[in-house]
Amino acid sequence: MTRHLRVDGPNHDDRLDHMAQGILGQPLNRLEGPLKVTGLAAYAAEARPMNMVYGVLVQASVPAGKVLEVGDAPGALAVIHDKRMVRYAAQGMDQKGPTSGPDQIEYMGQAIALVVAESFETARHAAQNIAVRYKTASVPVEPEAVKPELPPKKQSAAGNVDKAMQDAAVTVDRVWQTPSHMSAAMEPHAAIAEWDGDHVTIRAALQMLSSNRKQMADALGIKEQNLRLLSPYVGGGFGSKLGINAEAVAAAIAAKKLGRPVMVAMTRQQVFDLAHRRSETRQRIRLACDSDGRLTGIGHEVLVSNLPSSEFVEPVAQATPFTYQAAHRQVVHAVARIHRGCAGSVRAPGEAVGVTVFECAMDELAEATGIDPVELRLRNIPDVEPTTDRPFSSHKLAEALREGARLFGWSNRKPAGQRVEGEWMIGMGMAAAVRVNMLVESRARVTLNQDGHAIVETDMTDIGTGTYTILGQLAAEMLGLPMERVEVRLGDTNFPPASGSGGSFGAASSGNSVYLACEEIRSQIARAMSCDEVDLTLQDGMARAGNVARPLSDLIDGQISGEGHLQPGKTEKSHRQATWGSHWAEVAVNRWTGEVRVRRMMGVFACGRVLNEKTARSQCLGGMTFGIGIALTEAMEHDPRDGHAVSRDLAEYHIPTHADVPALEVHFLPERDAYVGPLQAKGLGELGICGAGAAVLNAVHNACGVRVRQLPATPDKIVAGLED
Amino acid sequence: MQITLHLNGATHDLDLDPRTTLLDALRHHLGMTGTKKGCDHGQCGACTVLMDGRRINACLTLACMAQDARITTIEGLGSPDRLSPLQQQFLDHDGFQCGYCTPGQICSATAMLEEIEAGWPSHVSENLDGPFELSHAEIAERMSGNLCRCAAYANIVAAIRQAAGTTGWREDAA
Repeated sequence: MTRHLRVDGPNHDDRLDHMAQGILGQPLNRLEGPLKVTGLAAYAAEARPMNMVYGVLVQASVPAGKVLEVGDAPGALAVIHDKRMVRYAAQGMDQKGPTSGPDQIEYMGQAIALVVAESFETARHAAQNIAVRYKTASVPVEPEAVKPELPPKKQSAAGNVDKAMQDAAVTVDRVWQTPSHMSAAMEPHAAIAEWDGDHVTIRAALQMLSSNRKQMADALGIKEQNLRLLSPYVGGGFGSKLGINAEAVAAAIAAKKLGRPVMVAMTRQQVFDLAHRRSETRQRIRLACDSDGRLTGIGHEVLVSNLPSSEFVEPVAQATPFTYQAAHRQVVHAVARIHRGCAGSVRAPGEAVGVTVFECAMDELAEATGIDPVELRLRNIPDVEPTTDRPFSSHKLAEALREGARLFGWSNRKPAGQRVEGEWMIGMGMAAAVRVNMLVESRARVTLNQDGHAIVETDMTDIGTGTYTILGQLAAEMLGLPMERVEVRLGDTNFPPASGSGGSFGAASSGNSVYLACEEIRSQIARAMSCDEVDLTLQDGMARAGNVARPLSDLIDGQISGEGHLQPGKTEKSHRQATWGSHWAEVAVNRWTGEVRVRRMMGVFACGRVLNEKTARSQCLGGMTFGIGIALTEAMEHDPRDGHAVSRDLAEYHIPTHADVPALEVHFLPERDAYVGPLQAKGLGELGICGAGAAVLNAVHNACGVRVRQLPATPDKIVAGLED
Repeated sequence: MQITLHLNGATHDLDLDPRTTLLDALRHHLGMTGTKKGCDHGQCGACTVLMDGRRINACLTLACMAQDARITTIEGLGSPDRLSPLQQQFLDHDGFQCGYCTPGQICSATAMLEEIEAGWPSHVSENLDGPFELSHAEIAERMSGNLCRCAAYANIVAAIRQAAGTTGWREDAA
């Protein structure tokens, strides 16, 4: 039986708070942890079917034009040059395959062929030496070099920001720039494809199997039911594995052609070329306020870029319409159509750079008004969503600001440039955190066996997010079982289709589906106990109702199972749903070298119900560290001549490492959001990045008086500011 | 070419293309996929293994260079029902998320603690002769060759300190 729920209204039942097992929310170790710490968890490229051969992608060495001829590859088994090969990755949740036809080159580095050989070494050598003839074309690669498009749906305005700026007591009007960013998950994209007649199984590094299956079937021109995708363990995603990419499509084509299993793993450099980048941004922010610091005007004008054929537009100002109150508002999203690698979702598309820059602007406004940055934000929190008058499903920004200030010792902050320790200038900074929240349709099946052992099955993925563990905890809580009696099976399209991991919606969406499946099982047990489901208590394998207590094994004949099916409903329109928080940082800036050391960093977050305090905290650590990267180190540089990514490996694209990151502190505010399904949980994977970099940059300013508006704030830029 | 690898206490005779790295020998030829390929250029540390007890990048080592050496990989340090102290602390402190850099982090930390024990200083050490305090800064400096994009760094350092029996340290800033 399937239990279906469309989230059309609030749920104030707090059912999960009244379950008896006491497992949900506990900081349990990861279920799959023992496999990961011993190297036994097998990722995409980690199977060895009999007779497997190796494929290496060949990339375009020109930024635009046509492939006229692909040469031979001595020693190789085959050169796969097939019109079904894709030019770039699918965007998250696409229902069709991405643009195919590799001979039309849209950007430098595009995959155009695959060389397959018996050994990886032979395939690599042949792929690197293959001769390709092109007809090249001249195309723009710089966002400022073209007249941008203004997609109508991406613009909004109310009142007159120009006039608000003229009439204001205090204003800020500045331009910031952020470079392209790369997800840079530690596991490079890889796939192993193996055919059995018309049926293909692809083991791949993917975040969203249910939509990936549609994309792949479309790309290959086969029926969905003839395609099975497996992603039991994914070595990080951060958006880069939301959609299918060139390696998996090429592996499937090659495997069919050769009649043998084929493995294709991208090199790290290929990941930088072929995975979606976060678009670089230029952001002009205008803020107008009265003498009390109350905002009267907010302008956020954004320029991003993407390929002419890709619809994705980095939603930089996504949170701007509802974060702060102001009568006059304007949001502009302009898109430059240029030929750099395809832009798409990288952890918290929109807010990661949009909130970060906006919160830097708020810090400048605080300085200009002489009002404390925390107080300035508190004065501008709206009661309802400013642009629509919709209520918020929950709103914890004020609490996160006040609690954060107390916990971090914000009252000890000194005016800019006044705290010096030897050659180090010390400063504190803060920022608000906000990220839109959403649910996505999701299904799961739960089976309870007579021996009191439960199995959760869904094609949901665990990309390091803790999905195995939280879904196990949920089932254990709902069914009254110790954790060791629950098994969770993920990452296989033979299981019911789930939301997938993306947009921070995975835990809540798939969690609600498991909740519903368990509710169905509870109803069946309640019938056997002759009681109402709400009167049933399940704990440690026992069922109790009134003064009757019976072991589950007496109530189950063989096994019982239930499916859960969650769909978002009216609450996604009736209420503005978001997660909230605050970021805090203390940095030291070296007066001679401009080096920035993050000494302390803290986040306070409200995300509804926390499903596992340990894995939830780790999600926040990850987001905050991405914030350090955005603020200080990460920049994907593009060659101005051909647009190709210059910093395309981990020695050139600087993700933070151990020495860059202090012992971060994370606090959760207790919260139950009634409008997001019975789980009352919201997204968390991205909240930690939204605004985190601003806390660091604002701390840099407080330390040394320098504002770096062209991110990242590398030492050269800080030294230049110190000299001014 | 014929190569003999002494791996986790066992001996393997392999016939390999001379271009084969130790990393690819492990992953492609022996099916030992606990050692991860993150960059193939010695930039990320995911392929860290122990060669005669010292940590190396298996991607920068040709398999033929490992002839006659003793190689220890993550599979040789412990198993799910018999975790090494570091593996246990990584599990307890959530010193990983996706788990892909984790074998490299644990192999690296295993050798790193022995380097400290042997009196090798680091860039942030207070002196050149030791003994060295297992401060956050000291561990973070020595572990900086191992990248983690999930950014479990704070938990990894806590796990290493606990495994080394030095909990309760107060962090010295910057």
